[in-house]
Amino acid sequence: MVGNYLVPAVDYLRILPEIVLCIFGIALMVLEAVTSEKQKAALGWLSLLGIIGAFIANLYAYTSPGFAFQNMITVDGFGTFFRGLVLVVGFLCVLASLGYLRREGAESGEYYSLILFSLIGQCILSTANDLIMVFIGLEISSIATYILAGFFRNDRRNNESALKYFLLGSFATAFLLYGIAWIYGTTGSINLDELHRVLGDPSIAPSAVLIGVAAALMMVGFAFKVSAAPFQIWAPDVYQGASSPVSAFMSAGPKAAAFAVFLRVFMTAFGSISSRWIPLLWAIALLSMIIGNFGALLQTNVKRLLGYSSIAHAGYILVAFTADSQLGVAAVMFYLAAYVLMNIGAFVVVSHVASKRERYVRIEDLAGLSRREPVTAAFLAIFVFSLIGVPLTGGFFAKFYVFRAALDAHLVWLTVLGLANSAIAAYYYLKIVVAMYMQEPGEATNQLGPLAPGTRIAIWASALGILLLGIFPSVILPFVSRSAMIFGH
Amino acid sequence: MNILLLTLFLPLAGFFVLQFLPRNSKSAWPTALIFSIAAFIASLGLIGPAAAMPSQQSSAFDTLWVESLNIHFHLAVDGINIWLILLTTLLVPIGIWISESLIKDRNNTFYALILLFEFGVLGVFSAFDLFVFYVFWEVALIPMYIMVGGWGGARRTYAAVKFFVFTMSGSVMMLASIIYIGVKAGGFDYAQILAAFNSGTVVLSSHEQLFLFLGFLVAFAVKVPIFPLHSWLPVTYWQAPAPATFLLAAVMSKMGAYGLLRFCTTLFPTAAHECAGWIAVLAIIGIVYGGLLAIVQVDLKKLVGYSSVSHLGFVVLGIFAFQQQGADGALFQMIAHGLATGALFVLVGYLEKRRESTAIEDYGGVAKLAPGLATAFMIAMLASVGLPALGNFVGEYLILQGAAYANFTWAAWAAVGVILSIVYMLWMYQRTFLGKPQQDIARFQDLSIKEWAPIVPLIIMMVWLGCYTAPFLQPISAANQHLLERSNMNIELKVRNHPPANGTPGNSILPAAFSEARNGR
Repeated sequence: MVGNYLVPAVDYLRILPEIVLCIFGIALMVLEAVTSEKQKAALGWLSLLGIIGAFIANLYAYTSPGFAFQNMITVDGFGTFFRGLVLVVGFLCVLASLGYLRREGAESGEYYSLILFSLIGQCILSTANDLIMVFIGLEISSIATYILAGFFRNDRRNNESALKYFLLGSFATAFLLYGIAWIYGTTGSINLDELHRVLGDPSIAPSAVLIGVAAALMMVGFAFKVSAAPFQIWAPDVYQGASSPVSAFMSAGPKAAAFAVFLRVFMTAFGSISSRWIPLLWAIALLSMIIGNFGALLQTNVKRLLGYSSIAHAGYILVAFTADSQLGVAAVMFYLAAYVLMNIGAFVVVSHVASKRERYVRIEDLAGLSRREPVTAAFLAIFVFSLIGVPLTGGFFAKFYVFRAALDAHLVWLTVLGLANSAIAAYYYLKIVVAMYMQEPGEATNQLGPLAPGTRIAIWASALGILLLGIFPSVILPFVSRSAMIFGH
Repeated sequence: MNILLLTLFLPLAGFFVLQFLPRNSKSAWPTALIFSIAAFIASLGLIGPAAAMPSQQSSAFDTLWVESLNIHFHLAVDGINIWLILLTTLLVPIGIWISESLIKDRNNTFYALILLFEFGVLGVFSAFDLFVFYVFWEVALIPMYIMVGGWGGARRTYAAVKFFVFTMSGSVMMLASIIYIGVKAGGFDYAQILAAFNSGTVVLSSHEQLFLFLGFLVAFAVKVPIFPLHSWLPVTYWQAPAPATFLLAAVMSKMGAYGLLRFCTTLFPTAAHECAGWIAVLAIIGIVYGGLLAIVQVDLKKLVGYSSVSHLGFVVLGIFAFQQQGADGALFQMIAHGLATGALFVLVGYLEKRRESTAIEDYGGVAKLAPGLATAFMIAMLASVGLPALGNFVGEYLILQGAAYANFTWAAWAAVGVILSIVYMLWMYQRTFLGKPQQDIARFQDLSIKEWAPIVPLIIMMVWLGCYTAPFLQPISAANQHLLERSNMNIELKVRNHPPANGTPGNSILPAAFSEARNGR
């Protein structure tokens, strides 16, 4: 049957974003070889064009939702949302990289094509409906990101970051692969819908222990990718070592895609055994919030601080996941939309202040930023207040939505502890505001160079996006709620 | 155009306009002043409808904000919040007025923050949707935090962070409660929730009520502040720049008390009545403890700050007496306290500008050099102490009466606070204004006309509140009666609800204590 399977044209339409990204990625690599140093800047803009093309293709693909390639890919609202989200992440990070790479004198098409390839992996992850696709997507995304983390190969911190990320990442992927193998061995299937059917039917479901082991192995892999405790150790080190735009990218894109696939696998394939993984998720969520927030309390390096904070945010998202409901899925989606914007925004401002070779990345280097660059400071303040969860920012509404989902699922204690955590978090985030608004300018802010145009656009876009999500959450809320309905609970 | 919306959004419009002025522009101050005065004038238009039907919502604006969560952008005024809105719109221009000579640096930003703060506070007072209430609650916090931290004294960072973390910790518990209610009741609109509770379509167990009540209480108790959550207050008042201290004490402290009165008593009546005992005790501890600490302060700002703790204890006591007089007095006291403490902080600001210090030991004999300043200070101080014919007297008297109906012991202990306030205020006045002038303050100028300008309206209002209470008290009473009825609707009354209808005043106060003793043994 497989032998004479003909791929209908609509299947190609459904993976159009990946195709567009692939064409642009390869074109960039070819052009890299034939362009002179002066023309390299144009490659960045070309990659932006590719991402915009992929975004349009994503919207176009959604006009004919459905399965592709024998149910290996599924284009639905949920997948389209996450494909769009990672493309936005890619867009903002490329914008921020334009000025960054020029400052470091390292403009190259290679960098941009790696981002595009990583995005391909994340797009596949968002729409994967088959464990093999999950694995392939994860690998495409990860391998490109490993290289990006160590892109400045003469920089020791970059090397450390890349090596750490690679070793621990492949270790985690191995867990995931082992889980997939286990599942295939016990059920004979790797298709998520099929797994859902098999595991939900007591007459044909394999032994609960075998499935439990497989689910646990896969959870380890995913928890690593979303930097949830206790698999979070790598995050602060990697974010600190990698160059800021790459950290922004790593903390947003791969994480969002990993959450998408984590949700999809556990809510469909393992949906019928949810009562067994929910307690585990409950503990992971709480642990992530606590470790992330308490770890961040003592940090002096902004990138490290954001690394720990991203662990805490993974915890908040997992709270919504633990709710195991459509509302919870919608909350995860909304949270990630707000999270990627505020996190990228914060990293981009840091990359601007850090100056050449990222000399200034301590919190006190932000001192007096409000006097030198009031607009940049105001935007960083918005990002920080959004990370805290102050109303009228997307971060607040996201948190509100997450805890609403949790209370709806009667997770009262998790909600109370989570909210208490977000009050603790206020303390360390405020250090950034304190430095910017309440201290006199120091060495770093006094020698600050002009804001590169791409960086400026990235900051403005992130800030406006956050305010839009905070003041008019209805712009994406109906779509998000509708998309979440595919998970029938 | 809805007047309430106009009042609310004028400060926000001012905030945005200020963003477009050039840095350190001379026009920042007049611009901010114009917008805040315009908001005040607009708010005067709210009085008519609110006074006509104080127990109902007037000038209401209600639109769906987030459809899928049933969040309404619902604002209104009634006999309770109208006074707090007016207090805010009156005091914010004064705060801006006095900033001119005190804020020299990044003044655009400072004025913009004051206007944003006004927007937040007005929203808190007028919100009739719990979600919107919470949003404004936090919106008011951020500008105040930046004002304290950005323009304050030497330990401003510590003060600002402490202020923020305390408030935020309280607020998130309130947020948890709000979300829980929202999930239970399917929406956040205050009136709808009350209706759902009263009709029995949504039932909270007493256990649930208690925890939800505590969630709200923590947030409000931090803001008021109620002992033992007051520790952020002295350091914040002390370190904040004078206009910010003024707004904190005169306006922001009312947010918590308003929340207690409006939400805690009506949404969770059973829990509120059950907890009334120990909350009243905490309030009394705050009254006495705040007064005692005020006596030993050596800094003017800290002294007035602790006196605030003491005076706001009265407000909390009045609310949790669950008596008509107590609630009326609490609301009246909020207004009177705003005026009197506001005036005191304005005058302390003037002293600070002249001497660049707020330590009491740096002053002495000011009355000889600046008689006008000393007189104005005297009036504000006497109002704060509770001298008859000035506003605070009416409030404190009503609160004590209400407390006496509920529990005579409470009233007796709270009265100690009145005595303490005389002690610390008069002693402070003596040390600061009387005696021999210190040598280095020989060139001490009296108040200029520009400095008199914000003080005069405050003094007029203090006298008006003290001498002719009817226009204020009638709508307040009507609104409070409605509120207390709601609060008492679905519970078994454990607290005596009304004083005996036809007893003499003496009888109606005393039997509360006596009959208890007689019946008990």
